[in-house]
Amino acid sequence: MAAPRPQPRFPEPDTQPFWEATKRHELSYQTCNTCNAVIFYPRSHCTKCGSRDLTRRVSQGAGAVYTFTVIMQSRHPAFAELGPYAVAYVDLDEGFRIMTNIVGVQDPIRDIQCGMRVQLRWHDQGEGQLALPMFEPA
Amino acid sequence: MPQRRDAAIVGIHEYPLRVAPGVSSLQIKAASAAAALADAGLSWSDVDALYDTGGDQNIGGLGIAEYFGFKPRVIDTTYVGGSSFEFQANHALTMIAAGKCNVALLTYGSTAHSDRRAIGTAGATGMGPATFINNMEDPWGLTLIGNYAMVKSRHLFQYGTTPEQFAHISVATRRHAMRNPEAVQAMTDLEFVGVRDITVNDVLESRLIAYPLRLLECCMVSDGGGAVVVASAAAARNCRKKPVWIIGTGEATKYRENGGDITVSAGAQAAPMAFGEAGVSPAEIDVLMAYDSFSITVMCLIEDLGFCKKGEGGQFVSDGHLVFDDPRKPALNTDGGGLSSNHPGQRGLFLLLEATRQLRGESTSQVKDAKLAVAVGNGGQLGSRHATAVTILAAD
Repeated sequence: MAAPRPQPRFPEPDTQPFWEATKRHELSYQTCNTCNAVIFYPRSHCTKCGSRDLTRRVSQGAGAVYTFTVIMQSRHPAFAELGPYAVAYVDLDEGFRIMTNIVGVQDPIRDIQCGMRVQLRWHDQGEGQLALPMFEPA
Repeated sequence: MPQRRDAAIVGIHEYPLRVAPGVSSLQIKAASAAAALADAGLSWSDVDALYDTGGDQNIGGLGIAEYFGFKPRVIDTTYVGGSSFEFQANHALTMIAAGKCNVALLTYGSTAHSDRRAIGTAGATGMGPATFINNMEDPWGLTLIGNYAMVKSRHLFQYGTTPEQFAHISVATRRHAMRNPEAVQAMTDLEFVGVRDITVNDVLESRLIAYPLRLLECCMVSDGGGAVVVASAAAARNCRKKPVWIIGTGEATKYRENGGDITVSAGAQAAPMAFGEAGVSPAEIDVLMAYDSFSITVMCLIEDLGFCKKGEGGQFVSDGHLVFDDPRKPALNTDGGGLSSNHPGQRGLFLLLEATRQLRGESTSQVKDAKLAVAVGNGGQLGSRHATAVTILAAD
């Protein structure tokens, strides 16, 4: 069995609610009640205006590949034996950009393009564990 | 407005070895400091300002002055990755112009190769501190090379740039490396498969490390280091070599943003400040020392500094424009760059060294009558968070 992926570590107050929500398969982001900015990565303040009056929201999980790479060589034991795998920035329709993996393709170099529509697919890591939000072609 | 002549690079040294087992990074710094001061005709006791990234043995700014045996009036441990040295040179100019110090020393030392550090392909360990960044990025297996590859991916898509065009950056840089005996020795000691000039096809046929970046678009991991001495105008006039004046500086940072354009580096924000202060335009620059961690870094910096329009870098680099003996300006990375001469993890210091050699007439790929050079450092990781600093230099 492959070594486990690097996991988020806690306590870390900004990102802990985001990861707790993944156990319920919720991909969450924030908006600012003062200036309407979309905030991601998670924070306790708005990165546009500094307000601390934010609303937590749950994404529908639909978006497009902004850019991607296919890793051919990784020394990390969790990834070294995986074969070529895709890491991407995905732009969600709600207006935030997440780093993630693109899965559900046969040949990532051939089958993934910038601009391609993708849909959230949860990668479960076991009962009571954090789930990882990955994406597959829509 | 006349160009400022407040401070100049008066002494340089590049540590000659790229494989230096049994030597510490601090020892590389001390050896380089002594050689750069000798190059300037200055002595150990003349140094009154210390610029250092503070990373060696985790001794920070407190330990570094003691290690050298200096009692500096100014100490600055700005650390923003590989571009730290352009930031530091810029800060040295400001502090010298303000009369706070006279002779500033910047040093760099690294044993990345001998330590067997897998800088480009290791990825996050998951053992680092819990930060808002690590927690959002560690699980995906992104490597450092993959980070830059995502920028290249988007550049190919957004502007129609071709892999062949990117390859020209590696080809021109290798040509300069083959003329530099220290670079040839470096490639030999680091066991490059072919220590020879390379073609566009060689680059396109080299193996993918992280699509779409191939081996010959990636910098080496060497040992090494060096030193730069920056001095006030009064001190510079008494130095052994002709001063190389710092005439314009600019700095900026950039990071992943919702809806942001990943193909635009922080250089786009830093460059107008630097060129404006210097009162020169990119078209006048003879030598461009651009941080070449990867081909894509150079492509973005060429565009963002205004050597061509955004998105037209592919055409700009692909017609033999970049080599030292082409009559068109600028020549690129005439020492052989991080791709083919020296990259121990943070290359920024070497950009200042080769720019100075060019403006003194001492390069192994000397650009005829070189008067103006730009050193542009890019530190951090281009596809996520990075810091770019521009240092514009003029011959005396």
